[in-house]
Amino acid sequence: MSVDLKLVEAKQMIAPPSPSFSIWDWMRKNLFNTWYNMLLTLLAGGLLISIGYTTLTWVLTEAQWAVIGDNYKLFMVGQYPITALWRIWSALAILTFMFGISAGTFKGTMLRLSYILSAIYLIHIVAPFTANTSKIWLTAQLVMLVFSYFIGAKIPYSKRINIVGWAISIPIVLLFIHGFGILPAIRTNVWNGLMLTLMLAAVAIILSFPIGILLALGRTSKLPVIKYFCVGYIELIRGIPLITIFFMAQVLLPLFLPTGLTIDNVMRVMLGATFFTAAYMAENVRGGLQSIPNGQYEAAKTIGLNPVQTTTFIILPQALRAIIPTIVGQSISMFKDTSLVAIVGLVDLLGIAQSVKSNPDFLGRHMEVYVFIAFVYWVIAYSMSYSSRRIEKSLGVGER
Amino acid sequence: MRESKRVSTPFWRDNRILPILFQIGFAILVVLFFGYLINNAITGLNRLGINFGFQFLRRTASFNISESLIDYQPTDTYARAMLVGVLNTLRIAVIGILLTTVLGVSVGIARLSNNWLVRKLSGLYIEVFRNTPLLVQIFIWYFAVILPLPQVQDSYSMGHFYFNNRGIAIPWFTTNSHTFIWVIVSIIGLISAVIIWKYQLNKQIKIGTRRFPAFWAIATLIISFSLAWVVTQSGPVHISQPELGNFNFSGGLRLSAEFLAILAGLVIYTATYIAEIVRAGIQSVNKGQTEAAQAIGLKSSTMMRLVILPQAVRIIIPPVTSQYLNLTKNSSLAIAVGYQELVSVGNTSLNQSGHAIEIIMIMIVVYLTLSLITSLFMNIFNKKTQLVER
Repeated sequence: MSVDLKLVEAKQMIAPPSPSFSIWDWMRKNLFNTWYNMLLTLLAGGLLISIGYTTLTWVLTEAQWAVIGDNYKLFMVGQYPITALWRIWSALAILTFMFGISAGTFKGTMLRLSYILSAIYLIHIVAPFTANTSKIWLTAQLVMLVFSYFIGAKIPYSKRINIVGWAISIPIVLLFIHGFGILPAIRTNVWNGLMLTLMLAAVAIILSFPIGILLALGRTSKLPVIKYFCVGYIELIRGIPLITIFFMAQVLLPLFLPTGLTIDNVMRVMLGATFFTAAYMAENVRGGLQSIPNGQYEAAKTIGLNPVQTTTFIILPQALRAIIPTIVGQSISMFKDTSLVAIVGLVDLLGIAQSVKSNPDFLGRHMEVYVFIAFVYWVIAYSMSYSSRRIEKSLGVGER
Repeated sequence: MRESKRVSTPFWRDNRILPILFQIGFAILVVLFFGYLINNAITGLNRLGINFGFQFLRRTASFNISESLIDYQPTDTYARAMLVGVLNTLRIAVIGILLTTVLGVSVGIARLSNNWLVRKLSGLYIEVFRNTPLLVQIFIWYFAVILPLPQVQDSYSMGHFYFNNRGIAIPWFTTNSHTFIWVIVSIIGLISAVIIWKYQLNKQIKIGTRRFPAFWAIATLIISFSLAWVVTQSGPVHISQPELGNFNFSGGLRLSAEFLAILAGLVIYTATYIAEIVRAGIQSVNKGQTEAAQAIGLKSSTMMRLVILPQAVRIIIPPVTSQYLNLTKNSSLAIAVGYQELVSVGNTSLNQSGHAIEIIMIMIVVYLTLSLITSLFMNIFNKKTQLVER
């Protein structure tokens, strides 16, 4: 008892003086500590105020946002037939469900992302330009997200279920949108807007991943033929702009196919984007492979694993874990680069913006349209880069 | 009893033969695959009546290119049109790389400023421009910023700077008969200034008394410039002001709307990446280095110049190289606003002549060469700054 009292006394005696934190002190320390900092502060402050003022007055008074509200459906899904919209909603519901399950299982970053997703749903539910049927669908999505979050948090073995679930749900989503069996097929030229942007990015990222791993393994292989084939492919693709790849996909690919076989416009671009990203993905994976110390290979050899087993069970799991942030970075740049398909005639989010602003009813509304789509791109890219930073922190990469 | 009979490994389990067989199989597959594709292309081209070959390059291009660094008429050949395209790509790449480096390094250093507002402002800039697609930014500059500017006749003017929907016109210099002498004298002055600076600095280090190296260097430069002035009796260049004619400005430097849009987009977008690389590079220098530099009493600017930056540059160079290459490759987006660089010219020629394979091959070769040259230069620079290890 007496010991405790002494401790308390000691604590009181050596307690630091309570920091008298005032805004003035903070400002003097961080903004006005030297004469040039004072100058910089005034300059930066002036710049910030003038930019902020101009932007705010434009957003609130000058801009005519009707062009966005009136064309909202176009921006999201383009000319996808209205009678078939329920298919997109159901596909979205499947994805929302999987998202919720993942959020429930992994918590952390996925949970934060699902907050962002529900915020997006909520904003659209209260937004005046959303159609009433869409509001019902969106509310259903939101309920689905919460519901599946609790399922994900409860069920055992949910990590495995997650992987299997995502692997199954993505083809189902594509089939829903494309049509199968009794669902009539919907031609890809009406797959427009944000939906096309997201699909292009998702397909390119997911498919490029296995190809990238193979290329990286090939590049680090000791067999000369395989090695130089992979080196040649990677360096060739990385040396040329994406837009030439899209031109090749649009103009050259039909030439190289046998007569009679045609590949759909959207599929060709997806192929081009996949093979382009694969080269970059390969370099990322190679970076991960190089970060594995030699001892791992030697240890695997010692316990009698053959090269294939060593790669699949020892090397790749460690290498891929180390490069998750890089892969997210690659995905962000692929997502942004999908906007290039607008140049080769596909109608993605940027393409639809081009056609909306050439509508005679909305002439001269360039800034509104572009600022809106830039904002949409920004929200998605920023959420990804935010999650990448969180993952980086939790992996402890970069803190050596 | 000797050892039992040697068992020879069957060849399908022989570690010396298997890889070779595997590689031969792989090579055959690759060759077959490409052979099949090429065969398809040949039959397809034959059906269309197009012969593969580069002879078409000598034919008349008969399309106009509005901006060109060399003389070009629509009556010139495809080859010359492609050359104009390559030069326009180089123009945008070189100017873009210079500007983006200046902007990126400044923002990167501002990101580490001890001024809170400057730090946050540069962070805001990076987050906004890094996370939106480059093409959207280029479209914003072109369609939403430059094109809505007034017509040439009612240009905005700030002094002798004019802004209109065809681009901008700014004062520029033209060379005169004395420029050559000025250039020679300035080069000699610059070299002797550097020599004197180094000499005085070495002296200062050896003797330990102040020798004012910077003062001597600047004095040398001033003397050489005054010498040039006395000899030539004129300035190094004439200033040429843009003047409004009937249809457009003449004189000065005129930059087209398309060029400005693609330049602004590329520079502002790529600078965000350079800024992050510079920030990470400076931060990655071991904290002990800063502490050691402070311990031996260096002031903060000297510490930055002599201790931190030389070490940071080593980490900064490789990723910056790849950003320079990205900028060069991204200049191909100029096709979207109609600035006629390589891809744009190539696309027009491709649509006109139908020689898709050849033209895309030319594009690939040009871009690969540009990448190679840039990496070569940066590798030389990199070698110079790299740590010499055992």
